Amino acid sequence: MSTPTQIIAPKFELSRRAALAQRETKIAVAGLNFYYGRAQALHEITLSIPERMVMAFIGPSGCGKTTFLRTLNRMNDVIPGTRVEGKVLIDNQDVYAPGADVVELRRKVGMVFQKSNPFPKSIFDNVAYGLRINRLTSSKSELADRVEEALTDAALWSEVKDRLKSSALGLSGGQQQRLCIARALAIRPEVILMDEPASALDPMATSKIEELIFDLKRQYTIVIVTHNMQQAARVSDLTAFFLLGKLIEVNATEKMFTAPDEKLTEDYITGRFG
Amino acid sequence: MEVHRHLDEELDGLRDSVLRLGGEAEAALKRAMHALTERDSNAAREVLEHDDAIDELEIEVDRQCVDIFVLRQPAARDLRFVMSVAKMAPVLERIGDHACNIARAVFDLNNEPELKNHVRLREMGEIASSMLEQALDAFTKNDAGAARDVIKRDAEINELYNQIFHELIEMMTKEPATATRDARLLFVAKHLERIGDYVTDICELTVYMAEAAVIKHRH
Repeated sequence: MSTPTQIIAPKFELSRRAALAQRETKIAVAGLNFYYGRAQALHEITLSIPERMVMAFIGPSGCGKTTFLRTLNRMNDVIPGTRVEGKVLIDNQDVYAPGADVVELRRKVGMVFQKSNPFPKSIFDNVAYGLRINRLTSSKSELADRVEEALTDAALWSEVKDRLKSSALGLSGGQQQRLCIARALAIRPEVILMDEPASALDPMATSKIEELIFDLKRQYTIVIVTHNMQQAARVSDLTAFFLLGKLIEVNATEKMFTAPDEKLTEDYITGRFG
Repeated sequence: MEVHRHLDEELDGLRDSVLRLGGEAEAALKRAMHALTERDSNAAREVLEHDDAIDELEIEVDRQCVDIFVLRQPAARDLRFVMSVAKMAPVLERIGDHACNIARAVFDLNNEPELKNHVRLREMGEIASSMLEQALDAFTKNDAGAARDVIKRDAEINELYNQIFHELIEMMTKEPATATRDARLLFVAKHLERIGDYVTDICELTVYMAEAAVIKHRH
């Protein structure tokens, strides 16, 4: 059997920027098919995502990018009638292997959604939630330290440190989204999946999220779905273009936006699609 | 699709503007060479009078490029096109400046007896004009192959320049009384040699636009 690196040998030539940051493969997907009932939503997806880099998924609505994102931490499992074929390897472990620990997978692979979804609890309790239910801390002071660390990493600490007991629902939209990122970071994941994390935010809040992504990639592997191509260009090292459930092209972001290899990609990013 | 239609219209408008600028630069060069070889001071004056129009066109192309960058955020082939045009416009404007410099030399040369080196300068000017015309044609057709062919022709201009340079230096040595005229002709030859380099720049930008290949400093 092929090793993961053989399966997903990148077909693109890494650009200078990407080559400088060439890393070990964190996520390797090979021959992935996904079905909603009898409808096939993803066709033979094969790609690799290097560790501590940002990969953006772009493509028109319904192209399968969000479905694919959700296969990476088995979030589609909760949808009845869905079926997956192929392999998703994270750190060389097949997340769909029989007996794979889904709870551990989702601890390792955190997710941030399009619409911020804070719990109707205090700011502190939102961030502490995952730590408490997973019993990841042994004392109140450790819990407080981990909450502060997560809020700091999410670039929110300075804005909320004096009102940790206030309701999270009183935060602005951008702050709520960063709170959700802090909540995901608190349990120290290795991969963060972001499904259009800034699509409902104003330009200033969007800018903060993008700066945050830039900072977070020093520690985490980040996969982001975005409808905003300029955002993909700004935040990602690598970009993958999906169309009708197929992966058309993966390339270094600067190559993708200056000289893509595939005509379909060129037509999409220049707005001449269809 | 409305937005994309607007982008296409703006890109077409930009192409028109840069081609107008290219046409003006080409006309200025031809007129300056005519002024030189036919000792036509009126033609030289026209070159100088027309330079403002070339400068204005360059500014117009700049404005259009900035507008498209800011308002349309072009990508891929559109980005390469706008980038290439933005870098091409000042090159074309400088070709116009060199034509002006040749025209200024004409006023002084026309006060003196004609020198035989005009024949070689005429040939050099014809090659430069023909290269510029072919370069603009390759740009219009997005034809990287044709652009590469034009780049090869720069060697012809360089060779002629070297010959003229040595001949004029020799003349200055033999007939010191003609040194001022010889020096002016040497400057004219240098302007034509520089125009050859600028045409090469234009062709390199066309190759980048068409193939996303950076060939400058590599041939």
